[in-house]
Amino acid sequence: MSSRPEKNPLPTGRAIIEMDGIRKVYDTGKVKVEALKGVDLRIEKGEFVAIVGPSGSGKSTLMNLLGCLDTPSGGDYFIGGEKVAGLTRDALAEVRNRRVGFVFQAFNLLPQISAFENVEMPLVFGGVPPKVRRAKAAELLGKVGLGDRMDHKPTELSGGQMQRVAIARALAMDPDIVLADEPTGNLDTTSGTDIMGVFLDLWKQGSTLVVITHDMVLARRASRIVEIRDGRIVSDRAAEQAA
Amino acid sequence: MLRDALLQLHRDLKSQKLRTLLTVFGLVWGTVAVTLLLAFGTGLKKQLIKTTAGLGDRICISWPGLTSIPYQGLGKGRRIRITDEDLQSVRPRVDGLKRMSSEYSDGWKMVYNLRTFPVDVSGVSPEFGDMRNLIPVPGGRFLNDLDMRDQRRVVFLGNKVAEDVFGKGTDPVGKTVLFNGSPFLVIGVLTAKQQDSSYNSRDSDLSWIPGTTFRALTGRKYLSNFVYQPASALESKAVTESLRSALSRRLKFDPEDKEAFSVWDVTEQFQFFEVFMLAFTLFLGIVGSLTLVVGGIGVSNIMNVVVDERTKEIGIKMALGAKSGAILRQFLVETLIVTAIGGLAGFAISLGICAVFPASLEEYVGRPEVSPVVAGITVGILGIIGLLAGWFPARSAARLDPVVAMKM
Ligand SMILES: Nc1ncnc2c1ncn2[C@@H]1O[C@H](COP(=O)(O)OP(=O)(O)O)[C@@H](O)[C@H]1O
Ligand SMILES: [Mg+2]
Repeated sequence: MSSRPEKNPLPTGRAIIEMDGIRKVYDTGKVKVEALKGVDLRIEKGEFVAIVGPSGSGKSTLMNLLGCLDTPSGGDYFIGGEKVAGLTRDALAEVRNRRVGFVFQAFNLLPQISAFENVEMPLVFGGVPPKVRRAKAAELLGKVGLGDRMDHKPTELSGGQMQRVAIARALAMDPDIVLADEPTGNLDTTSGTDIMGVFLDLWKQGSTLVVITHDMVLARRASRIVEIRDGRIVSDRAAEQAA
Repeated sequence: MLRDALLQLHRDLKSQKLRTLLTVFGLVWGTVAVTLLLAFGTGLKKQLIKTTAGLGDRICISWPGLTSIPYQGLGKGRRIRITDEDLQSVRPRVDGLKRMSSEYSDGWKMVYNLRTFPVDVSGVSPEFGDMRNLIPVPGGRFLNDLDMRDQRRVVFLGNKVAEDVFGKGTDPVGKTVLFNGSPFLVIGVLTAKQQDSSYNSRDSDLSWIPGTTFRALTGRKYLSNFVYQPASALESKAVTESLRSALSRRLKFDPEDKEAFSVWDVTEQFQFFEVFMLAFTLFLGIVGSLTLVVGGIGVSNIMNVVVDERTKEIGIKMALGAKSGAILRQFLVETLIVTAIGGLAGFAISLGICAVFPASLEEYVGRPEVSPVVAGITVGILGIIGLLAGWFPARSAARLDPVVAMKM
């Protein structure tokens, strides 16, 4: 799929992800929680970044900001060279649709429709014509090894299979970057390793990936490990050098 | 996309069976109420127009009377007598007068086949037929200008008279009857009509001959009454005033004297009736609409529950790039479909009721009719209710925060 011409060519000298001094404060009325306290992060095309850190350290918050699901309280953020700050809700929705593919811990597939229709969903929102979108959905499900399960509902699939559907869905719009928040968190070890293998294959084929994980064994297979503690990046290194 | 919407709707409604049932019932009931009420209103109006038109098409009927005000040395209580020539001479001076005819009436004996029948006869001019909606049965005709000019011995029979004299099944046209020994050719028979009011006798019991013939036969000079029709029903007052003043000058009575000749303005009744029907229809429409509004609130309620239940789905769709417009549309379309289902069912029931409406009641309340106007109004009301009912739940869905929504 990386053989396709790039839809949004990256300006020379720019990284896919450029974050400068990103802060996020959750204001729940009584208490204010500063979940991110100034994060600088640059991710180049073709990287496979593992984000690790203890629970509550701000990993998911960072992921939501990276994926434009949420807006930062401060700092600058460019995705694919495009400034995100100040975009409207609908403009953010479009950025998510075109540039980002999400994989969640809880799969987040729509339960009443088939695997095929789930994969088709982002293409529907992207305004892709039905013919093209059906071909694309079928191609991607084949690619994640579910060519024979396309008409199954998510409830008729195993956890590992559901996550494969979710990965196919994340790839539907040929995003600049795929973001996965603990994609193996709800899976047993075997399926977890299996899914990590799918991500590795994608990386080898040229995708840019950011994966949050608790599992250091899995993290070590990435090209780069970013460690977060208490809302700050405390370490950022190539995976080979990981302890 | 519509297929998706229908499938989704099916799922949503299945999870809310009782609530959906009650709400759709409310919409059906509201639609039936609005359409039937309006349909009965339409039918009743047509029926009333039909029966009042039996007397005439927005006409005024006038009788000469006694003066009630002394005028130029002439005392009050003087009988005003009007000739056809009087009418003809003032006619050009009255603006907005469309038709006018004098009417000479008397009770005569008609003889046919050696049998004698008492008949009320009126001598009138051809315009009289148009004003009083005297429509001939096919094959016959009403009086014409030649009958008038040549004082022809021709007669136009009321349908009841024709039946009494000739019996059922015989066509009287072309037959000859005798009035006071004088032969008259029957030229037409009145088409039976509904008539809720009359003066003298009902039209079915009357016979009409040319006014000139009547005068020549009887030597009568003064008319019994006359009938006129303003060009527009709204001008009837002005026309009557103008006619009164023209006649007062010619016949020497006070133009303010309302009793010198009295006027029955049928259009007055008609105007009142128009206002009454408007108010009546408005009232029925409002009652029905309120019922529909209650149904609409129910739909809105259901859609709120549906949005609540589907918060997570909405969050996921937003994460995948659905814009707020797409979410908004989804819920609006669903609401409109629910409303449309209720509306269509209601329409079907109303049409069914109109179709099986007993003909025996038609004479009293008319035939209820779901006219295009009624249908249009109902569709409009349903559409507005559907949009309003859908708007608020749909908007709250479109405003959800994707991160929060996905955690549901
Ligand atoms: N929606 C929210 N409202 C308030 N506080 C939140 C919200 N989401 C996360 N937090 C807080 O922000 C901090 C970081 O959370 P999170 O990013 O989910 O951590 P992680 O994914 O690393 O476990 C935590 O203290 C958490 O309680
Ligand atoms: Mg988390």
